[in-house]
Amino acid sequence: MTAENLESLVNRRYEHGFVTDIATESLPPGLNEDVVRAISARKQEPEFMLEWRLQAYRQWLEMKEPEWAHIHYPPIDFDAISYYAAPKSDDDRPKSLDEVDPKLLETYDKLGIPLHERARLAGVAVDAVFDSVSVATTFKEKLYEAGVIFCSFSEAVREHPELVQKYLGSVVPRRDNFYAALNSAVFSDGSFVYIPKGVRCPMELSTYFRINAANTGQFERTLIIADEDSHVSYLEGCTAPMRDENQLHAAVVELVALEGAEIKYSTVQNWYPGDENGVGGIYNFVTKRGDCRGANSKISWTQVETGSAITWKYPSCLLRGENSVGEFYSVAVANNWQQADTGTKMIHIGANTRSTIVSKGISAGHAQNAYRGLVKVMPQAHGARNHTQCDSLLIGKQCGAHTFPYMEIKNPSAKIEHEATTSKISADQLFYCRQRGISEEDAVNMIVNGFCKEVFKELPMEFAVEAQALLNVSLEGAVG
Amino acid sequence: MLEIKNLQSRIGDTEILHGLSLSVNVGEVHAIMGPNGSGKSTLAQVVAGHEDHVVTGGEVLFNGSDLLQLAPEERAREGIFLGFQYPVEIPGVNNAYLLKAAVNAKRQHQGLGEIDAFEFLKLAREKMAALGMDPKFLNRGVNEGFSGGEKKRNEILQMAMLEPKLAILDETDSGLDIDALKAVAEGVNALRRPDRAIVLVTHYQRLLDYIEPDHVHVLSGGRIVRSGDKSLALELEEKGYDWVREAASA
Repeated sequence: MTAENLESLVNRRYEHGFVTDIATESLPPGLNEDVVRAISARKQEPEFMLEWRLQAYRQWLEMKEPEWAHIHYPPIDFDAISYYAAPKSDDDRPKSLDEVDPKLLETYDKLGIPLHERARLAGVAVDAVFDSVSVATTFKEKLYEAGVIFCSFSEAVREHPELVQKYLGSVVPRRDNFYAALNSAVFSDGSFVYIPKGVRCPMELSTYFRINAANTGQFERTLIIADEDSHVSYLEGCTAPMRDENQLHAAVVELVALEGAEIKYSTVQNWYPGDENGVGGIYNFVTKRGDCRGANSKISWTQVETGSAITWKYPSCLLRGENSVGEFYSVAVANNWQQADTGTKMIHIGANTRSTIVSKGISAGHAQNAYRGLVKVMPQAHGARNHTQCDSLLIGKQCGAHTFPYMEIKNPSAKIEHEATTSKISADQLFYCRQRGISEEDAVNMIVNGFCKEVFKELPMEFAVEAQALLNVSLEGAVG
Repeated sequence: MLEIKNLQSRIGDTEILHGLSLSVNVGEVHAIMGPNGSGKSTLAQVVAGHEDHVVTGGEVLFNGSDLLQLAPEERAREGIFLGFQYPVEIPGVNNAYLLKAAVNAKRQHQGLGEIDAFEFLKLAREKMAALGMDPKFLNRGVNEGFSGGEKKRNEILQMAMLEPKLAILDETDSGLDIDALKAVAEGVNALRRPDRAIVLVTHYQRLLDYIEPDHVHVLSGGRIVRSGDKSLALELEEKGYDWVREAASA
């Protein structure tokens, strides 16, 4: 595609009748090969990346949206979506916290978000946010010294094409599923991490992330590679409420752990869930998968999912290396009219592979919350073990909890355990707490946090506190 | 301190309390006795504010103000404590955590700051030692897997920590063996104070061998049919509840 073509595409007039500065332009709605080319050109990607996107797009055209999940929503018009939106210009942003919706600030306060982060989270113009640049630079230097590569996905495509080419799509193939294919064609940006052999990443990649990676767009792409005997803990998301005008989010995350490597991936997802009548909210259709490619490797997923109108997400582990370990710890909260269909897949391929699944689902209001999990043991996976614990907590009478466990065991030496419970916050428990002077809301929070304890203890410590506060905010008004 | 006048209540469509009147003064210990289904536990629950019970008439004053206007947690913060007949289990919630939250809710209501974590632990350990409770109970889930005796001791521990003005102990003796009964009774006796009133709801006289009441009331058909001193309890033991039923219908 020539630069001229791109120019004309980008400058196409909006139906609203104005042409804005190229730097802040979005592509017009709709998806075709020209749009894919325009995205790739915009990002100055090498040829292999464009080819990859185009193939994904052609594959996507032949695929159908999955319909098996326990979720209901009107059909999505993929031609009504704009697939490239550049970041907002500073002129459109609030100039200071005084211009930010007070309700949002109140929520930050309840969540205990540090003051210096609030401005950035609220989208205050960059030059008004203090500290962040210098802090980020310090982190960057520290990581550079350790040999860790941590950058935006776009930067990685330009600076480290050999790594991207080698690993991209090696865990989640382009045609893995409808949304993964869509993401592969049009992904906007995301993060790239490479930890060299034997290196223990000197910091949680959370802090850095929170300071830098806002506005990665609706089709986020993340790739983390932990080379032999390396270790990294990565934190995605943020407890602060994230508002976005794009209703559909379809991210792909790929993790690769080589021999002896360990990746800990923690997520806190707090996208806009819609209002209390179920109007609005994000559709979050995510594909996350980790590949324990080498012997003795380990991948651990921890997620706290409180946001989005619809969540469709199954962070999974391919346990290929001998003695490799997969873990999945999840808290999924659905309140009001939210729908969640989430869980994991543990695919045991190598010998003596082990996996642990702890899933805590909380439903309140009119919400529907489903756990869907697959434990698969391949014929060659001698001595595989899995323990699954799947608990549901119901608050109120209108909500639902559903459990769909699948097991495919093809090796007789496998040991698989599955425990499941469903409980309700009872009126007796609430009265007991209230009789001790504790308000109903605090009592609910206390019981819910007790229920989730096993998962929270897997989160980085400072974050566990925020996650707990987040749960309380998410369930506000769930009782009474 | 507690003034109940002509109280009537129902649960669902069933009338339980039929014009019950009772007056409890500060520093007193009252025992409420009566056969099963006479409304003893209902009385305790209505005073504590359980929302299953609908008050259809009468009034309840606590230190002169209308108690029925307050939510259960507000009554608790004002100093009303209910020792439950069947303390509920709250799995996953640490016993110490609940206790501390309760203490702080009350302190906040009184305009005091939150209790210091060390101070709290020290206090809790002291009270537990006095009740013969293993400090390990602090780290277990609230009543989770506790025996009957442990649950009742835990109620008394909460009472000791919360220092209520009025404690209503609902069948605190039920399901206890003699050693547990003694320990619980000693705990209650230690909490008898001139500025505190205690109401014991019990089916049997035996608890009163260990906690001596100032007044005994017999409940039947949702109202108090006889009141007297501790000798009434002994008389009741001797003559059985049929005697009061006859008295009530007479």
